[in-house]
Amino acid sequence: MPGFLKEFFNRNGTGMGLTILLLVLFWTIGLIILPQLSMLDFSFRPNLPPPEIGGPKDVYTLENYQYLVYGPEGGSQDYNSVDLRVFFRTLIAAVCVTIFNLILCYPIAYYLGQSKGNHIRIFAMMLIIPYWINEILRAFALRIIFGETGVLNTIFVGLGIWDTPFDFIRNDIALYAGLGYAYILLMIFPIYNVIESLDHNQIEAARDLGAPWWRIHWRVVIPYAKPGISSGCTMVFMLSAGALAAPQILGGPSSLWFTQLIYQQFNDNNDWPQGAAYAIVLLVTCILFVLAMMRLFKVNMGDIGK
Amino acid sequence: MSAGIGVDLQNLWIRFGDFVAVRDANVNINGGDFFSFLGPSGCGKTTILRAVSGFLEPSEGNVLIGGKDMKGIGPNKRPTALIFQNLALFPLMKVWENITFSMEIKGTSAVQRRKRADELLDMIALPGQGDKLPSELSGGQRQRVAIARALCAEPDVLLLDEPLSALDLKLRQHMRTELREIQQRVGITFIYITHDQGEALTMSDNIAVMRAGVIDQIADGKTIYNDPATAFAASFVGENNVFRGTVKRVSGSEVLIATGRSGDLAARISTANQGKLREGDEAMMFVRPEALSVATDGMSGDHCINVRVKHEEFEGNVFNIFTEDAGGKEIKVSLPNTGQSFQDHTGQTITLEYETRNAVAVPAGELAAE
Repeated sequence: MPGFLKEFFNRNGTGMGLTILLLVLFWTIGLIILPQLSMLDFSFRPNLPPPEIGGPKDVYTLENYQYLVYGPEGGSQDYNSVDLRVFFRTLIAAVCVTIFNLILCYPIAYYLGQSKGNHIRIFAMMLIIPYWINEILRAFALRIIFGETGVLNTIFVGLGIWDTPFDFIRNDIALYAGLGYAYILLMIFPIYNVIESLDHNQIEAARDLGAPWWRIHWRVVIPYAKPGISSGCTMVFMLSAGALAAPQILGGPSSLWFTQLIYQQFNDNNDWPQGAAYAIVLLVTCILFVLAMMRLFKVNMGDIGK
Repeated sequence: MSAGIGVDLQNLWIRFGDFVAVRDANVNINGGDFFSFLGPSGCGKTTILRAVSGFLEPSEGNVLIGGKDMKGIGPNKRPTALIFQNLALFPLMKVWENITFSMEIKGTSAVQRRKRADELLDMIALPGQGDKLPSELSGGQRQRVAIARALCAEPDVLLLDEPLSALDLKLRQHMRTELREIQQRVGITFIYITHDQGEALTMSDNIAVMRAGVIDQIADGKTIYNDPATAFAASFVGENNVFRGTVKRVSGSEVLIATGRSGDLAARISTANQGKLREGDEAMMFVRPEALSVATDGMSGDHCINVRVKHEEFEGNVFNIFTEDAGGKEIKVSLPNTGQSFQDHTGQTITLEYETRNAVAVPAGELAAE
């Protein structure tokens, strides 16, 4: 038995230790790894009617992945440009949402982290409590704000600033706002956590040595907050790329999110293998992208856990 | 002493809400001086430093650096550099980057910065340590890096906020000498904040003794020690035996104080209080333990105190004899170690004497907390 397990059992007792260990194993293996492995398995199989599953036609194939790249066999186009475009646009949009969120949340997190007093707790509560409302209701609330006859258009048209209502939905502004807002806490709190522990004297020292505010952030605060920033960015990127509710409710009719395609395959087309293949492609691409970014910005895997 | 840039505080008031942190401070610090603000924690000395460095705007009055009013000038634009109590080195920057941070801001090339860093590292006796991180250095080394970082900004005035308090005793004493040497070498004005009277006395040209937002006395170390202006200054700086009483008679610069338990005692009125003590005033008299000696038997008078020997402490160069007067008040006597012990006299009554010029009388006032 490895040392850390022995210590774990010594600390918790054999019975309790075994229970905890089994629960954790059940959670990770039974609820995460096995279902994902079966999805992986699905993605390499043809979509067959139930009687033929397990039959002679049920063999491993790459056709689901080929479909994403080349489209239906004998199709009119060389590439599946529709789905590929959605795929890349989703990734780019998720990157944009992440950057937008970072720009928005860093000042808030910095303010919360470096000021003292009770009002900080009130601010934090004001940030957290709206998240008691479920995601779908929040998305619809944004629709009310951004809709054609929504709050913003009523105000601006009413004031005579715009002649005609602006279509926030078709221009994806509502979608970006919705996605940005959905994950704001996941960006603020990791950064806040790190900045809170930054010694205020360091900021004053930099200022005393002649640094303007932006350089203090660039050279002192941001390097210190890097683990928090990378942790927040990773979560926001992963979750925006995999978001479904916000794109469904706030997305324009012409701008599909890749998750909507996956959803369609599973639900509308009843083609689980195809949906699984799309989901796996999204997952793997996102992971590779995050790892590449971590390498680029010299972030360690351990920092993400901070 | 080179003619450096001086600092003047004029009618400086600093308030936080209803709380007055600094009350009407007037200080002229000469260019090139090593000037200390000495006082217990919470007396407002750090607040003054923050007002000089620009992190805090005074509520009233002016801070002048080199004769120029600093009102509205931020800390990054003042010719001052501050050394923080916890040093506040940047943990993620290498030592040489820390030292030359002020040059980086001005856009100096990395090659030149590195060169300057190496010069400064030589000066602070840490050659070749530029590529380490601050966390890889010892406390004393970090201390010196903080000094180098501040000096690299080429300030006219260096501000030090109890920078030695985190070091152990030996290192602290060593750094005192070193700081003083550096100050002499660079010739700029040092303003030093401390609650440690030893630091203030050994390093400073001039000292301001502070109590609860008020500056009690500004003078050189010897004057503050030998000729304190207030009861607080007398009791805070160094050890002192205090005698309370009322003024019985004033004759010139000397005074006779009726202490009751210890009889009538003669003292010299401190320079700052000449003419301020009158018959019947409440007064305090201070006699340093080293100014007391054991009188020959049968001696009496207005410079003699009868005490009972309680116990003795051997400190190496001196014997500290703790005695009590008729009222049970402790009086400490320090006698140079001549090989003679007073252990045998425990419980016996002896007579202590002092020279009148070594006893200082000031108006009764607040004493420093033990």
